[in-house]
Amino acid sequence: MNSSATEKFAPLILLIGIIAIWQAVCSLFNVSEFIFPSPIQIVHALFDLWGAIMGHAWRTFWTTMVGFGISIAVGVVLGFIIGSSRFAYAAMYPLMTAFNALPKAAFVPILVVWFGIGIGPAILTAFLISFFPIMVNIATGLATLEPELEDVLRVLGARRLDVLIKVGLPRTMPYFFASLKVAITLAFVGTTVSEMSASNEGIGYLLISAGSAMKMPLAFAGLLVVAVMAMAMYEFFSYIERHTTAWAHRGQGAH
Amino acid sequence: MTSAASAQEDRSAAIAAAAASIPQGERFVDFDGVWLAYDPTLLARGEFAVEDISLSTRPGEFIAIVGPSGCGKSTFMKLATGLKMPSRGNIRIGGQAVTGPLKIVGMAFQAPTLLPWRTTLDNVLLPLEIVEPYRSQFRARREEFAERARRLLRTVGLQGYEDKFPWQLSGGMQQRASICRALIHEPRMLLLDEPFGALDAFTREELWNVLRDLWTEQRFNVILVTHDLREAVYLADTVYVMSKRPGRLVERRGIDLPRPRDLEITYTPQFTDIVHELRARIGAIRKT
Repeated sequence: MNSSATEKFAPLILLIGIIAIWQAVCSLFNVSEFIFPSPIQIVHALFDLWGAIMGHAWRTFWTTMVGFGISIAVGVVLGFIIGSSRFAYAAMYPLMTAFNALPKAAFVPILVVWFGIGIGPAILTAFLISFFPIMVNIATGLATLEPELEDVLRVLGARRLDVLIKVGLPRTMPYFFASLKVAITLAFVGTTVSEMSASNEGIGYLLISAGSAMKMPLAFAGLLVVAVMAMAMYEFFSYIERHTTAWAHRGQGAH
Repeated sequence: MTSAASAQEDRSAAIAAAAASIPQGERFVDFDGVWLAYDPTLLARGEFAVEDISLSTRPGEFIAIVGPSGCGKSTFMKLATGLKMPSRGNIRIGGQAVTGPLKIVGMAFQAPTLLPWRTTLDNVLLPLEIVEPYRSQFRARREEFAERARRLLRTVGLQGYEDKFPWQLSGGMQQRASICRALIHEPRMLLLDEPFGALDAFTREELWNVLRDLWTEQRFNVILVTHDLREAVYLADTVYVMSKRPGRLVERRGIDLPRPRDLEITYTPQFTDIVHELRARIGAIRKT
Protein backbone atom coordinates (compact mmCIF):
# COMPACT_ATOMS: atom_id res chain seq x y z
CA MET A 1 0.00 0.00 0.00
CA ASN A 2 2.68 2.38 1.14
CA SER A 3 5.06 1.53 -1.67
CA SER A 4 2.32 1.82 -4.29
CA ALA A 5 1.41 5.27 -2.96
CA THR A 6 5.06 6.27 -3.18
CA GLU A 7 5.15 4.96 -6.75
CA LYS A 8 2.11 7.01 -7.66
CA PHE A 9 3.59 10.24 -6.36
CA ALA A 10 7.12 9.54 -7.55
CA PRO A 11 6.84 11.65 -10.75
CA LEU A 12 5.45 14.59 -8.74
CA ILE A 13 8.25 14.35 -6.20
CA LEU A 14 10.84 14.20 -8.97
CA LEU A 15 9.27 17.24 -10.68
CA ILE A 16 9.28 19.26 -7.48
CA GLY A 17 12.89 18.26 -6.90
CA ILE A 18 13.96 19.38 -10.39
CA ILE A 19 12.12 22.70 -10.04
CA ALA A 20 13.69 23.30 -6.64
CA ILE A 21 17.21 22.65 -7.96
CA TRP A 22 16.51 24.77 -11.02
CA GLN A 23 15.30 27.65 -8.86
CA ALA A 24 18.24 27.25 -6.48
CA VAL A 25 20.79 27.30 -9.30
CA CYS A 26 19.24 30.40 -10.89
CA SER A 27 19.07 32.28 -7.57
CA LEU A 28 22.50 31.23 -6.30
CA PHE A 29 24.43 32.10 -9.46
CA ASN A 30 22.17 35.00 -10.29
CA VAL A 31 21.53 33.73 -13.83
CA SER A 32 20.10 36.41 -16.10
CA GLU A 33 16.51 35.77 -17.19
CA PHE A 34 17.61 36.46 -20.78
CA ILE A 35 19.81 33.38 -20.63
CA PHE A 36 17.89 30.95 -18.45
CA PRO A 37 14.80 32.10 -16.53
CA SER A 38 14.03 30.65 -13.14
CA PRO A 39 10.73 28.82 -12.48
CA ILE A 40 9.37 31.79 -10.53
CA GLN A 41 10.08 34.16 -13.43
CA ILE A 42 8.37 31.71 -15.81
CA VAL A 43 5.26 31.56 -13.63
CA HIS A 44 5.27 35.34 -13.44
CA ALA A 45 5.35 35.60 -17.22
CA LEU A 46 2.56 33.01 -17.44
CA PHE A 47 0.22 35.00 -15.20
CA ASP A 48 1.15 38.43 -16.58
CA LEU A 49 0.12 37.38 -20.07
CA TRP A 50 -2.43 34.73 -19.07
CA GLY A 51 -5.15 35.88 -21.47
CA ALA A 52 -2.88 36.10 -24.52
CA ILE A 53 -1.17 32.79 -23.77
CA MET A 54 -4.51 31.01 -23.34
CA GLY A 55 -5.66 32.41 -26.69
CA HIS A 56 -2.60 30.93 -28.41
CA ALA A 57 -2.96 27.70 -26.45
CA TRP A 58 -6.57 27.28 -27.51
CA ARG A 59 -5.59 27.80 -31.13
CA THR A 60 -2.83 25.18 -30.89
CA PHE A 61 -5.18 22.81 -29.08
CA TRP A 62 -7.99 22.77 -31.59
CA THR A 63 -5.62 22.79 -34.57
CA THR A 64 -3.94 19.72 -33.09
CA MET A 65 -7.28 18.04 -32.46
CA VAL A 66 -8.42 18.55 -36.06
CA GLY A 67 -5.12 17.16 -37.37
CA PHE A 68 -5.32 14.28 -34.92
CA GLY A 69 -8.89 13.52 -35.97
CA ILE A 70 -7.79 13.27 -39.59
CA SER A 71 -4.90 11.08 -38.61
CA ILE A 72 -7.19 8.68 -36.71
CA ALA A 73 -9.46 8.37 -39.74
CA VAL A 74 -6.63 7.92 -42.23
CA GLY A 75 -4.52 5.75 -39.91
CA VAL A 76 -7.41 3.37 -39.19
CA VAL A 77 -8.38 3.01 -42.84
CA LEU A 78 -4.80 2.49 -44.05
CA GLY A 79 -4.03 0.16 -41.14
CA PHE A 80 -7.14 -1.84 -41.96
CA ILE A 81 -6.11 -2.19 -45.60
CA ILE A 82 -2.50 -3.09 -44.85
CA GLY A 83 -3.39 -5.44 -42.01
CA SER A 84 -6.06 -7.42 -43.81
CA SER A 85 -4.32 -8.00 -47.11
CA ARG A 86 -0.87 -9.48 -47.50
CA PHE A 87 -0.54 -7.92 -50.92
CA ALA A 88 -1.34 -4.43 -49.63
CA TYR A 89 1.09 -5.01 -46.77
CA ALA A 90 3.89 -5.97 -49.15
CA ALA A 91 3.15 -3.06 -51.47
CA MET A 92 2.59 -0.26 -48.98
CA TYR A 93 4.67 -0.98 -45.92
CA PRO A 94 8.13 -0.12 -47.33
CA LEU A 95 6.80 3.12 -48.82
CA MET A 96 5.14 4.08 -45.56
CA THR A 97 8.33 3.42 -43.63
CA ALA A 98 10.31 5.61 -46.03
CA PHE A 99 7.70 8.33 -45.67
CA ASN A 100 7.85 8.12 -41.91
CA ALA A 101 11.61 8.64 -41.99
CA LEU A 102 11.18 12.07 -43.60
CA PRO A 103 11.40 15.03 -41.19
CA LYS A 104 7.85 16.37 -41.09
CA ALA A 105 9.05 19.94 -40.43
CA ALA A 106 10.45 19.88 -43.96
CA PHE A 107 6.90 19.68 -45.30
CA VAL A 108 5.92 23.01 -43.76
CA PRO A 109 7.36 25.28 -46.52
CA ILE A 110 5.64 23.13 -49.15
CA LEU A 111 2.34 23.22 -47.27
CA VAL A 112 2.64 27.01 -46.98
CA VAL A 113 2.88 27.29 -50.76
CA TRP A 114 -0.24 25.15 -51.12
CA PHE A 115 -2.39 26.42 -48.26
CA GLY A 116 -0.88 29.76 -47.21
CA ILE A 117 0.06 30.90 -43.71
CA GLY A 118 -2.37 29.76 -41.00
CA ILE A 119 -4.19 26.68 -39.83
CA GLY A 120 -3.81 24.65 -43.06
CA PRO A 121 -0.11 23.78 -42.68
CA ALA A 122 -0.48 23.29 -38.90
CA ILE A 123 -3.35 20.82 -39.20
CA LEU A 124 -1.63 18.90 -41.96
CA THR A 125 1.72 18.75 -40.18
CA ALA A 126 0.00 17.41 -37.06
CA PHE A 127 -1.71 14.82 -39.25
CA LEU A 128 1.43 13.80 -41.18
CA ILE A 129 3.46 13.28 -38.04
CA SER A 130 0.86 11.31 -36.08
CA PHE A 131 -0.97 8.92 -38.43
CA PHE A 132 1.92 6.47 -38.81
CA PRO A 133 1.86 4.88 -35.33
CA ILE A 134 -1.92 4.50 -35.56
CA MET A 135 -1.68 2.81 -38.94
CA VAL A 136 1.13 0.46 -37.87
CA ASN A 137 -0.67 -0.59 -34.70
CA ILE A 138 -3.96 -1.33 -36.45
CA ALA A 139 -2.12 -3.32 -39.13
CA THR A 140 -0.16 -5.28 -36.54
CA GLY A 141 -3.27 -6.12 -34.54
CA LEU A 142 -5.00 -7.48 -37.62
CA ALA A 143 -2.00 -9.27 -39.11
CA THR A 144 -1.16 -11.27 -36.00
CA LEU A 145 -4.40 -13.27 -35.78
CA GLU A 146 -3.88 -16.86 -34.64
CA PRO A 147 -4.16 -19.08 -37.75
CA GLU A 148 -5.94 -21.80 -35.73
CA LEU A 149 -8.68 -19.40 -34.75
CA GLU A 150 -9.08 -18.35 -38.35
CA ASP A 151 -9.42 -22.03 -39.32
CA VAL A 152 -12.08 -22.60 -36.67
CA LEU A 153 -14.11 -19.73 -38.08
CA ARG A 154 -13.50 -20.44 -41.75
CA VAL A 155 -14.70 -24.02 -41.35
CA LEU A 156 -17.95 -22.59 -40.04
CA GLY A 157 -18.30 -20.65 -43.27
CA ALA A 158 -17.11 -17.31 -41.93
CA ARG A 159 -16.37 -14.72 -44.58
CA ARG A 160 -13.31 -12.52 -44.32
CA LEU A 161 -15.49 -9.69 -43.09
CA ASP A 162 -16.93 -11.89 -40.31
CA VAL A 163 -13.45 -12.73 -39.09
CA LEU A 164 -12.47 -9.06 -39.17
CA ILE A 165 -15.52 -7.89 -37.24
CA LYS A 166 -15.79 -10.70 -34.71
CA VAL A 167 -12.10 -11.14 -34.03
CA GLY A 168 -9.83 -8.72 -35.87
CA LEU A 169 -11.37 -5.46 -34.68
CA PRO A 170 -11.81 -6.23 -30.98
CA ARG A 171 -8.35 -7.75 -30.95
CA THR A 172 -6.92 -4.57 -32.44
CA MET A 173 -8.48 -2.20 -29.91
CA PRO A 174 -5.68 -2.35 -27.31
CA TYR A 175 -3.11 -1.70 -30.05
CA PHE A 176 -5.26 1.18 -31.29
CA PHE A 177 -5.58 2.91 -27.93
CA ALA A 178 -1.90 2.40 -27.18
CA SER A 179 -1.09 4.12 -30.48
CA LEU A 180 -3.42 7.05 -29.71
CA LYS A 181 -1.37 7.90 -26.65
CA VAL A 182 1.80 8.09 -28.72
CA ALA A 183 0.14 9.82 -31.65
CA ILE A 184 -1.47 12.65 -29.67
CA THR A 185 1.87 13.79 -28.28
CA LEU A 186 3.37 13.68 -31.78
CA ALA A 187 0.46 15.73 -33.10
CA PHE A 188 1.28 18.53 -30.66
CA VAL A 189 4.86 18.48 -31.90
CA GLY A 190 3.64 18.77 -35.49
CA THR A 191 1.33 21.71 -34.79
CA THR A 192 3.91 23.62 -32.77
CA VAL A 193 6.66 23.15 -35.34
CA SER A 194 4.39 24.31 -38.13
CA GLU A 195 3.20 27.36 -36.19
CA MET A 196 6.77 28.41 -35.62
CA SER A 197 7.32 29.19 -39.27
CA ALA A 198 3.90 29.40 -40.82
CA SER A 199 1.40 31.06 -38.51
CA ASN A 200 0.52 34.28 -36.73
CA GLU A 201 -1.18 32.45 -33.91
CA GLY A 202 -0.64 29.48 -31.67
CA ILE A 203 2.00 28.47 -29.16
CA GLY A 204 4.58 27.89 -31.90
CA TYR A 205 4.19 31.50 -33.04
CA LEU A 206 4.34 32.66 -29.41
CA LEU A 207 7.63 30.79 -28.94
CA ILE A 208 9.21 32.38 -31.99
CA SER A 209 8.08 35.92 -31.23
CA ALA A 210 9.04 35.63 -27.54
CA GLY A 211 12.43 34.29 -28.54
CA SER A 212 13.16 37.04 -31.03
CA ALA A 213 12.11 39.66 -28.44
CA MET A 214 14.44 37.99 -25.87
CA LYS A 215 11.42 37.35 -23.61
CA MET A 216 12.78 34.05 -22.37
CA PRO A 217 10.36 33.60 -19.45
CA LEU A 218 7.48 33.91 -21.89
CA ALA A 219 9.03 31.34 -24.26
CA PHE A 220 9.39 28.90 -21.40
CA ALA A 221 5.82 29.58 -20.32
CA GLY A 222 4.74 28.62 -23.85
CA LEU A 223 6.66 25.35 -23.61
CA LEU A 224 5.04 24.66 -20.27
CA VAL A 225 1.57 25.13 -21.74
CA VAL A 226 2.24 22.69 -24.62
CA ALA A 227 3.64 20.14 -22.19
CA VAL A 228 0.56 20.38 -19.97
CA MET A 229 -1.84 20.02 -22.92
CA ALA A 230 0.02 17.02 -24.36
CA MET A 231 0.19 15.30 -21.02
CA ALA A 232 -3.47 15.91 -20.26
CA MET A 233 -4.47 14.36 -23.59
CA TYR A 234 -2.10 11.44 -23.04
CA GLU A 235 -3.74 10.74 -19.68
CA PHE A 236 -7.18 11.09 -21.25
CA PHE A 237 -6.49 8.41 -23.87
CA SER A 238 -4.75 6.29 -21.30
CA TYR A 239 -7.94 6.44 -19.20
CA ILE A 240 -10.11 5.46 -22.15
CA GLU A 241 -7.73 2.60 -22.95
CA ARG A 242 -7.92 1.21 -19.43
CA HIS A 243 -11.69 1.40 -19.36
CA THR A 244 -12.48 -0.05 -22.78
CA THR A 245 -9.91 -2.80 -23.14
CA ALA A 246 -9.40 -3.93 -19.57
CA TRP A 247 -9.13 -7.53 -20.77
CA ALA A 248 -5.79 -6.75 -22.38
CA HIS A 249 -4.35 -5.41 -19.12
CA ARG A 250 -5.24 -8.34 -16.92
CA GLY A 251 -3.20 -8.88 -13.85
CA GLN A 252 -3.15 -5.16 -13.09
CA GLY A 253 -5.80 -5.35 -10.43
CA ALA A 254 -8.35 -6.89 -12.77
CA HIS A 255 -9.23 -9.75 -10.43
CA MET B 1 16.03 -52.01 -47.32
CA THR B 2 14.08 -53.64 -50.13
CA SER B 3 12.48 -56.10 -47.75
CA ALA B 4 11.54 -53.23 -45.44
CA ALA B 5 10.10 -51.37 -48.41
CA SER B 6 8.09 -54.35 -49.54
CA ALA B 7 6.88 -54.94 -45.98
CA GLN B 8 5.68 -51.36 -46.03
CA GLU B 9 3.94 -51.94 -49.36
CA ASP B 10 2.11 -54.85 -47.74
CA ARG B 11 1.02 -52.70 -44.81
CA SER B 12 -0.20 -49.89 -47.04
CA ALA B 13 -2.12 -52.42 -49.08
CA ALA B 14 -3.63 -53.83 -45.90
CA ILE B 15 -4.73 -50.37 -44.77
CA ALA B 16 -6.28 -49.66 -48.16
CA ALA B 17 -8.01 -53.02 -48.03
CA ALA B 18 -9.39 -52.25 -44.57
CA ALA B 19 -10.69 -48.94 -45.91
CA ALA B 20 -12.31 -50.72 -48.84
CA SER B 21 -13.88 -53.34 -46.58
CA ILE B 22 -16.41 -50.84 -45.26
CA PRO B 23 -19.32 -50.77 -47.70
CA GLN B 24 -19.52 -47.56 -49.71
CA GLY B 25 -22.82 -46.46 -48.24
CA GLU B 26 -21.66 -46.86 -44.65
CA ARG B 27 -18.56 -44.72 -44.82
CA PHE B 28 -18.56 -41.43 -43.01
CA VAL B 29 -15.03 -40.26 -43.66
CA ASP B 30 -13.70 -41.60 -46.92
CA PHE B 31 -10.21 -40.74 -48.17
CA ASP B 32 -9.37 -42.42 -51.44
CA GLY B 33 -5.75 -42.15 -52.56
CA VAL B 34 -5.32 -38.58 -51.32
CA TRP B 35 -2.13 -36.61 -51.99
CA LEU B 36 -1.49 -32.99 -51.10
CA ALA B 37 1.27 -30.60 -52.09
CA TYR B 38 0.88 -27.15 -50.57
CA ASP B 39 1.52 -25.12 -53.72
CA PRO B 40 2.07 -25.63 -57.46
CA THR B 41 5.89 -25.33 -57.16
CA LEU B 42 6.01 -28.11 -54.59
CA LEU B 43 3.60 -30.15 -56.68
CA ALA B 44 5.85 -29.80 -59.73
CA ARG B 45 8.83 -30.94 -57.69
CA GLY B 46 6.81 -33.86 -56.35
CA GLU B 47 7.13 -32.74 -52.72
CA PHE B 48 3.98 -33.79 -50.95
CA ALA B 49 2.94 -33.11 -47.38
CA VAL B 50 0.84 -36.27 -47.31
CA GLU B 51 0.93 -39.15 -49.77
CA ASP B 52 -1.57 -41.74 -50.84
CA ILE B 53 -3.88 -41.55 -47.83
CA SER B 54 -6.70 -44.08 -48.00
CA LEU B 55 -8.92 -44.50 -45.00
CA SER B 56 -12.59 -44.94 -44.20
CA THR B 57 -14.53 -44.72 -41.00
CA ARG B 58 -17.94 -45.97 -40.00
CA PRO B 59 -20.46 -43.40 -38.78
CA GLY B 60 -19.79 -42.49 -35.16
CA GLU B 61 -16.33 -44.00 -35.19
CA PHE B 62 -13.59 -42.48 -33.05
CA ILE B 63 -10.26 -42.58 -34.82
CA ALA B 64 -6.88 -41.34 -33.67
CA ILE B 65 -3.91 -40.48 -35.83
CA VAL B 66 -0.52 -40.70 -34.21
CA GLY B 67 2.94 -40.06 -35.57
CA PRO B 68 6.15 -38.16 -35.01
CA SER B 69 5.86 -34.39 -34.98
CA GLY B 70 5.84 -32.63 -38.33
CA CYS B 71 4.46 -35.72 -40.05
CA GLY B 72 1.52 -34.13 -41.79
CA LYS B 73 -1.10 -34.80 -39.13
CA SER B 74 -2.24 -31.20 -39.25
CA THR B 75 -2.33 -31.38 -43.05
CA PHE B 76 -4.66 -34.31 -42.68
CA MET B 77 -6.90 -32.12 -40.52
CA LYS B 78 -7.01 -29.39 -43.14
CA LEU B 79 -8.03 -31.95 -45.75
CA ALA B 80 -10.73 -33.47 -43.56
CA THR B 81 -12.29 -30.05 -42.93
CA GLY B 82 -12.17 -28.95 -46.54
CA LEU B 83 -9.82 -26.06 -45.76
CA LYS B 84 -7.40 -27.58 -48.28
CA MET B 85 -8.29 -29.41 -51.47
CA PRO B 86 -6.27 -32.53 -52.30
CA SER B 87 -3.82 -32.37 -55.20
CA ARG B 88 -4.82 -35.90 -56.15
CA GLY B 89 -7.48 -38.33 -54.98
CA ASN B 90 -10.95 -37.88 -53.54
CA ILE B 91 -12.36 -37.06 -50.13
CA ARG B 92 -15.96 -37.71 -49.21
CA ILE B 93 -17.39 -36.82 -45.82
CA GLY B 94 -20.86 -37.99 -44.84
CA GLY B 95 -21.45 -39.26 -48.37
CA GLN B 96 -20.72 -35.84 -49.96
CA ALA B 97 -17.67 -34.98 -52.01
CA VAL B 98 -15.75 -32.24 -50.18
CA THR B 99 -15.64 -29.04 -52.19
CA GLY B 100 -15.02 -26.38 -49.54
CA PRO B 101 -15.06 -25.75 -45.78
CA LEU B 102 -17.36 -28.20 -44.03
CA LYS B 103 -19.83 -26.65 -41.66
CA ILE B 104 -20.66 -30.01 -40.08
CA VAL B 105 -17.24 -29.93 -38.44
CA GLY B 106 -16.12 -28.57 -35.09
CA MET B 107 -12.44 -28.05 -34.34
CA ALA B 108 -10.27 -27.65 -31.27
CA PHE B 109 -6.51 -27.23 -31.05
CA GLN B 110 -3.68 -27.43 -28.56
CA ALA B 111 -4.04 -23.69 -27.91
CA PRO B 112 -7.59 -22.99 -26.66
CA THR B 113 -7.75 -19.80 -28.82
CA LEU B 114 -10.58 -18.33 -26.77
CA LEU B 115 -11.25 -14.63 -27.31
CA PRO B 116 -10.06 -12.75 -24.21
CA TRP B 117 -12.70 -10.02 -24.47
CA ARG B 118 -15.59 -12.50 -24.38
CA THR B 119 -16.88 -14.40 -21.39
CA THR B 120 -16.77 -18.19 -21.45
CA LEU B 121 -20.43 -18.28 -22.43
CA ASP B 122 -19.98 -15.79 -25.28
CA ASN B 123 -16.92 -17.67 -26.49
CA VAL B 124 -18.92 -20.87 -26.71
CA LEU B 125 -21.69 -19.03 -28.56
CA LEU B 126 -19.32 -17.62 -31.20
CA PRO B 127 -19.89 -20.38 -33.81
CA LEU B 128 -23.64 -19.81 -33.64
CA GLU B 129 -23.07 -16.18 -34.64
CA ILE B 130 -21.37 -17.38 -37.79
CA VAL B 131 -22.70 -20.69 -39.02
CA GLU B 132 -26.07 -20.97 -40.75
CA PRO B 133 -28.89 -21.63 -39.94
CA TYR B 134 -28.15 -20.34 -36.42
CA ARG B 135 -26.65 -17.09 -37.64
CA SER B 136 -29.86 -15.61 -38.98
CA GLN B 137 -31.81 -16.73 -35.90
CA PHE B 138 -29.21 -15.65 -33.39
CA ARG B 139 -30.87 -12.47 -32.17
CA ALA B 140 -34.32 -13.97 -31.88
CA ARG B 141 -33.27 -17.20 -30.16
CA ARG B 142 -30.32 -15.91 -28.15
CA GLU B 143 -31.74 -17.03 -24.79
CA GLU B 144 -32.38 -20.52 -26.07
CA PHE B 145 -28.88 -20.78 -27.51
CA ALA B 146 -27.36 -19.44 -24.29
CA GLU B 147 -29.24 -22.10 -22.36
CA ARG B 148 -27.85 -24.75 -24.69
CA ALA B 149 -24.34 -23.41 -24.14
CA ARG B 150 -24.84 -23.43 -20.36
CA ARG B 151 -25.99 -27.03 -20.52
CA LEU B 152 -22.94 -27.98 -22.55
CA LEU B 153 -20.63 -26.15 -20.15
CA ARG B 154 -22.29 -27.99 -17.28
CA THR B 155 -21.55 -31.37 -18.86
CA VAL B 156 -17.84 -30.56 -18.98
CA GLY B 157 -17.84 -29.29 -15.40
CA LEU B 158 -17.72 -25.56 -16.07
CA GLN B 159 -20.90 -24.52 -14.27
CA GLY B 160 -20.30 -21.29 -12.41
CA TYR B 161 -17.67 -20.15 -14.90
CA GLU B 162 -20.03 -18.98 -17.64
CA ASP B 163 -19.44 -15.30 -16.96
CA LYS B 164 -15.72 -15.51 -16.26
CA PHE B 165 -13.20 -14.39 -18.83
CA PRO B 166 -10.76 -16.90 -20.34
CA TRP B 167 -7.79 -15.46 -18.49
CA GLN B 168 -9.57 -16.17 -15.23
CA LEU B 169 -9.69 -19.89 -16.06
CA SER B 170 -6.96 -22.51 -15.75
CA GLY B 171 -5.49 -24.13 -18.86
CA GLY B 172 -7.63 -27.25 -18.44
CA MET B 173 -10.80 -25.17 -18.04
CA GLN B 174 -9.97 -23.14 -21.13
CA GLN B 175 -9.55 -26.34 -23.10
CA ARG B 176 -12.93 -27.60 -21.86
CA ALA B 177 -14.50 -24.37 -23.03
CA SER B 178 -12.72 -24.70 -26.36
CA ILE B 179 -14.20 -28.18 -26.83
CA CYS B 180 -17.64 -26.80 -25.98
CA ARG B 181 -17.15 -24.15 -28.63
CA ALA B 182 -16.32 -26.89 -31.14
CA LEU B 183 -19.53 -28.77 -30.24
CA ILE B 184 -22.10 -25.98 -29.80
CA HIS B 185 -23.44 -26.15 -33.34
CA GLU B 186 -23.91 -29.92 -32.97
CA PRO B 187 -21.40 -30.89 -35.65
CA ARG B 188 -21.40 -34.42 -37.01
CA MET B 189 -17.62 -34.53 -36.86
CA LEU B 190 -15.19 -33.29 -34.24
CA LEU B 191 -11.57 -32.67 -35.20
CA LEU B 192 -9.07 -32.40 -32.40
CA ASP B 193 -5.46 -31.42 -33.06
CA GLU B 194 -3.41 -32.39 -29.99
CA PRO B 195 -6.08 -30.83 -27.76
CA PHE B 196 -4.55 -32.00 -24.48
CA GLY B 197 -0.90 -31.54 -25.42
CA ALA B 198 -0.29 -28.50 -23.24
CA LEU B 199 -1.95 -29.83 -20.08
CA ASP B 200 -0.48 -31.55 -17.06
CA ALA B 201 -0.92 -35.32 -16.79
CA PHE B 202 -3.79 -35.30 -14.28
CA THR B 203 -5.80 -32.67 -16.09
CA ARG B 204 -5.19 -34.50 -19.35
CA GLU B 205 -6.65 -37.75 -18.01
CA GLU B 206 -9.61 -35.85 -16.61
CA LEU B 207 -10.27 -34.39 -20.02
CA TRP B 208 -9.95 -37.78 -21.70
CA ASN B 209 -12.98 -38.78 -19.67
CA VAL B 210 -14.81 -35.56 -20.49
CA LEU B 211 -14.30 -36.29 -24.17
CA ARG B 212 -15.22 -39.96 -23.72
CA ASP B 213 -18.49 -39.01 -22.03
CA LEU B 214 -19.41 -36.40 -24.62
CA TRP B 215 -18.74 -38.89 -27.40
CA THR B 216 -20.60 -41.72 -25.69
CA GLU B 217 -23.62 -39.48 -25.33
CA GLN B 218 -23.65 -37.78 -28.73
CA ARG B 219 -21.83 -40.25 -30.99
CA PHE B 220 -20.33 -37.71 -33.34
CA ASN B 221 -17.41 -38.79 -35.52
CA VAL B 222 -14.06 -37.94 -34.04
CA ILE B 223 -10.64 -37.55 -35.59
CA LEU B 224 -8.10 -37.06 -32.85
CA VAL B 225 -4.59 -36.10 -33.86
CA THR B 226 -2.12 -36.72 -31.08
CA HIS B 227 1.36 -37.94 -30.27
CA ASP B 228 0.27 -39.45 -26.99
CA LEU B 229 -0.14 -43.19 -27.64
CA ARG B 230 -1.94 -43.88 -24.37
CA GLU B 231 -4.43 -41.16 -25.19
CA ALA B 232 -5.02 -42.63 -28.66
CA VAL B 233 -5.47 -46.21 -27.40
CA TYR B 234 -7.67 -45.17 -24.48
CA LEU B 235 -10.12 -43.12 -26.51
CA ALA B 236 -10.17 -44.42 -30.08
CA ASP B 237 -11.83 -47.29 -31.92
CA THR B 238 -9.07 -47.31 -34.50
CA VAL B 239 -5.56 -45.89 -34.35
CA TYR B 240 -3.64 -44.96 -37.49
CA VAL B 241 0.09 -44.40 -37.48
CA MET B 242 1.48 -41.82 -39.84
CA SER B 243 5.08 -41.81 -41.07
CA LYS B 244 7.27 -38.73 -41.00
CA ARG B 245 7.14 -36.35 -43.95
CA PRO B 246 5.87 -37.02 -46.50
CA GLY B 247 3.05 -38.37 -44.34
CA ARG B 248 1.76 -41.83 -45.19
CA LEU B 249 -0.43 -44.13 -43.17
CA VAL B 250 1.82 -47.02 -42.20
CA GLU B 251 -0.30 -48.87 -39.69
CA ARG B 252 -3.94 -49.36 -38.83
CA ARG B 253 -4.72 -50.83 -35.45
CA GLY B 254 -8.25 -51.60 -34.33
CA ILE B 255 -8.61 -51.17 -30.56
CA ASP B 256 -10.91 -53.94 -29.32
CA LEU B 257 -10.81 -52.97 -25.66
CA PRO B 258 -14.33 -53.18 -24.24
CA ARG B 259 -16.35 -50.04 -23.68
CA PRO B 260 -17.16 -48.17 -21.54
CA ARG B 261 -13.49 -47.73 -20.76
CA ASP B 262 -12.22 -46.45 -17.48
CA LEU B 263 -8.80 -45.08 -16.57
CA GLU B 264 -8.15 -48.38 -14.75
CA ILE B 265 -7.89 -50.03 -18.13
CA THR B 266 -4.73 -48.10 -18.91
CA TYR B 267 -2.93 -50.21 -16.31
CA THR B 268 -3.96 -53.59 -17.75
CA PRO B 269 -1.43 -55.70 -19.71
CA GLN B 270 -3.87 -55.78 -22.65
CA PHE B 271 -3.71 -51.98 -22.89
CA THR B 272 0.03 -51.65 -22.43
CA ASP B 273 0.66 -54.36 -25.04
CA ILE B 274 -1.15 -52.32 -27.66
CA VAL B 275 0.73 -49.18 -26.63
CA HIS B 276 4.04 -51.04 -26.84
CA GLU B 277 3.22 -52.42 -30.22
CA LEU B 278 2.39 -48.97 -31.59
CA ARG B 279 5.42 -47.52 -29.86
CA ALA B 280 7.63 -50.05 -31.68
CA ARG B 281 6.10 -49.09 -35.03
CA ILE B 282 6.79 -45.41 -34.46
CA GLY B 283 10.30 -46.19 -33.25
CA ALA B 284 10.92 -48.03 -36.51
CA ILE B 285 9.68 -45.05 -38.55
CA ARG B 286 11.88 -42.61 -36.71
CA LYS B 287 14.98 -44.65 -37.50
CA THR B 288 14.49 -44.78 -41.27
